[in-house]
Amino acid sequence: MATLTKQRIGSVLAKQGILIAFAVFMIAFTIANPKFLSVDNLFSVVRSSAILGVMALGVTFVVISGNLDLSVGSMMSFSTIVVLDLHDKIGPLLAIPAMFAMTLGLGAFIGFLVGYLRLNSLIVTLGMLSAIHGLTLTYSGGQNMDIADKEGTWFSAFGQGTALGVPVPILIFIAVAVFLGAVLSKTAFGRKVYAVGGNGTAATFSGIRRARTVFTCYLISAACVATAGLIQASRSMGSQNTVGQGLELEVLAAVILGGASLLGGSGTIFKAVIGVLILGFIQNGLLLLGLQFYVQFVVTWVIIILAVWLDIAAKRGKLWSPIA
Amino acid sequence: MTTAPVLHLDNIVKTFPGVRALDGVSFSVLPGEVHALMGENGAGKSTLMKVLGGIYQPDGGDIYMGDTKVTMSGPLEAKAMGIVFIHQELSLAEELSVAENIYLGELPRKSFGRVDWATLTAQTNAILKKLNVGFDAKTRVGDLSIANQQMVEIARALTVDAKAVIFDEPTASLTDAEKVVLFDVIADLKADGVGIIYISHRMEEIFKITDRISILRDGQYQGTVVTAETNEEAVTQMMIGRKLDLSRNAAHHDLGAVALEVRGLSCGALYQDVSFEVRRGEVVGFYGLVGAGRTEIAETLFGLRDPSAGQILLDGEEVRLHSPADAIALGISLVPEDRKGQGLILGMNCRDNMTLPQVDDLKAGPFVAEGAEIAIFDQYRDRLDIRTPSWKQRVGNLSGGNQQKIVIGKWLSMHPNVLIVDEPTRGIDVGSKSEIHKLLRELAAQGYAVIVISSEMPEVLHVSDRIVAMYSGRITRTFTSDEVTEDNLIQAISGIKPGHAA
Repeated sequence: MATLTKQRIGSVLAKQGILIAFAVFMIAFTIANPKFLSVDNLFSVVRSSAILGVMALGVTFVVISGNLDLSVGSMMSFSTIVVLDLHDKIGPLLAIPAMFAMTLGLGAFIGFLVGYLRLNSLIVTLGMLSAIHGLTLTYSGGQNMDIADKEGTWFSAFGQGTALGVPVPILIFIAVAVFLGAVLSKTAFGRKVYAVGGNGTAATFSGIRRARTVFTCYLISAACVATAGLIQASRSMGSQNTVGQGLELEVLAAVILGGASLLGGSGTIFKAVIGVLILGFIQNGLLLLGLQFYVQFVVTWVIIILAVWLDIAAKRGKLWSPIA
Repeated sequence: MTTAPVLHLDNIVKTFPGVRALDGVSFSVLPGEVHALMGENGAGKSTLMKVLGGIYQPDGGDIYMGDTKVTMSGPLEAKAMGIVFIHQELSLAEELSVAENIYLGELPRKSFGRVDWATLTAQTNAILKKLNVGFDAKTRVGDLSIANQQMVEIARALTVDAKAVIFDEPTASLTDAEKVVLFDVIADLKADGVGIIYISHRMEEIFKITDRISILRDGQYQGTVVTAETNEEAVTQMMIGRKLDLSRNAAHHDLGAVALEVRGLSCGALYQDVSFEVRRGEVVGFYGLVGAGRTEIAETLFGLRDPSAGQILLDGEEVRLHSPADAIALGISLVPEDRKGQGLILGMNCRDNMTLPQVDDLKAGPFVAEGAEIAIFDQYRDRLDIRTPSWKQRVGNLSGGNQQKIVIGKWLSMHPNVLIVDEPTRGIDVGSKSEIHKLLRELAAQGYAVIVISSEMPEVLHVSDRIVAMYSGRITRTFTSDEVTEDNLIQAISGIKPGHAA
């Protein structure tokens, strides 16, 4: 029976590896800097994670459907610049829906390429990362965008407001998470997303229209990006063209940390939220330890590798598994 | 007999948490013997093979090769001792040549690590000549048929000094003609004094080529019998403790209206001018060699392939099918040939797999009505006797037979007008096989129009009311169950005209 216990411990370690690693991080950070666990700090981590978090919710759909979305960072820059520009031209009430429509247009274009033309999503969204960046710069002429009259508009509510003592970005994050969580786990569409990502051929053989399902996932991702762009624009009331640069990797890190498989077919919204929080706390903890902000770029990558490794190790049942 | 066995297993035990997968298995394989290993899915055959291949270490018992006790510490050690596996799923590099595949990792070298192509080609062609195959060392493996790819695997086995060769379901994807070639190769190995373990569910083959049969049930060794002194019934009895009925279908019941009619259907080079009809209450069997066009017709009827000519009529009305969704909406269902690749989402639970095609229709407000889903699952679990602890079980964890029942349940719960079943019992154990046969007959009796495509003649004969024989993309003859015999059916699928038989 000794082997049995050992096996159990092994499988628990492999399955919950990420949560265990997170707990170790948290304890280490708290010992290093007691401020880490303060209510103020926790609140600030969640608030600063909201933008990343909303984007991760959308990308979760894309990843479960068996695809990637690396365009979300530059798409977020685009929506931020567009909404800030239009704010002063046509007013916030029209600027927001106009920005959503344009961002969804980009999502629809990607969805068309990946879903209907069946192009590889890595290539398409990597290309779109660059193309949308170019589009943003063309739109803005390379200039930073600023809202002229920062005091005389209600536009700041999305990024800076509070309701019932809770910052609005957090409320938006929670609302979108609850809504998309229900869509993914409770609706027929959600079921189809899992089916398409789990085994696309079998999904087709069950009468599921795969192209439509994948297309819709990219629309959802774009809608989340637009929402994140709105929060970002409202928080800063002005922006550079590169505000979302590199976020695609952090979003992907959060989604993978949450245990969604890059092969598709598995993952949940709840776990994605956990992934976002883990990433947020780790980055925050590193700052509190006095490490430079730039270290985060390295850390994000390390986290992705670690998460993928643990995920694979859990499936294989062992950490060390060289090719042949 | 005084010859020492090439391989002797003595009281092998292997346990997994909660399961005794092998419980005292003992048998010997003699040199020059073809030894069948039989048992239902889950009987322990795969575990035993993994023990022999060094992938699992036994918890008890000994393995002897000749007179020496051996330990297989890993796959490479097993290979070095002369134990070679020919797997059901091939593991070849398609882009490389036959020669490179055969000697992969052991390519003959010249100075500076250059490959010695002349030697490589010569050595390979020598082996291929022995196997009497119609391709040479330089052929790209991806250009070969599945059967020929299997020959490459066998050739690879011949490069080592094989003492025991283990074939795992080698004929699963072979045509009848290709099987003949395989059996010749096995006969040659046998003549060279190699011991062969032959794993298969197919009784005909077992009785045709093996010398002795060892049987496992639930991890326990049931005994070894001499093939010539036993029969199918006795072996089946040992495997499952009950009888498999594979007699000719004699049941006749009243036929209803024509549910499906196909007129002059063609699809490029795949099949031409195919016409037939299926009535309610009837099982129509499609029999022919692999490549005869049977699966392609099924795919056309399910909206996966556009026909180049001809009409499809459902209940007398012409329909156009451009996707499975169209076909499903019109009441056509397909239980596909490749259960794991096309039929199921292995990572999904049983319930979700079963209700997948109708998930849009099971609504409670904006959400899926999970209660209704569970009710459907429970109903078909009981009706089809699906063995699973709960609907929450991942389908990938079920046995082949239970997986197939999930796919069948998926379509039955939609109450289709036409049910097409492609290779209903491929890779399924004997017990589940007979249950599925019985089910297909029952469905016809209940008024379903059923099409069964199968490569196994006993199966076609057993379940069909009428049999459509195909050869090279055309229907050669349609038989009623009274007029069909094994001989005239074989003629029909080989393209031999009646009366001109050799």
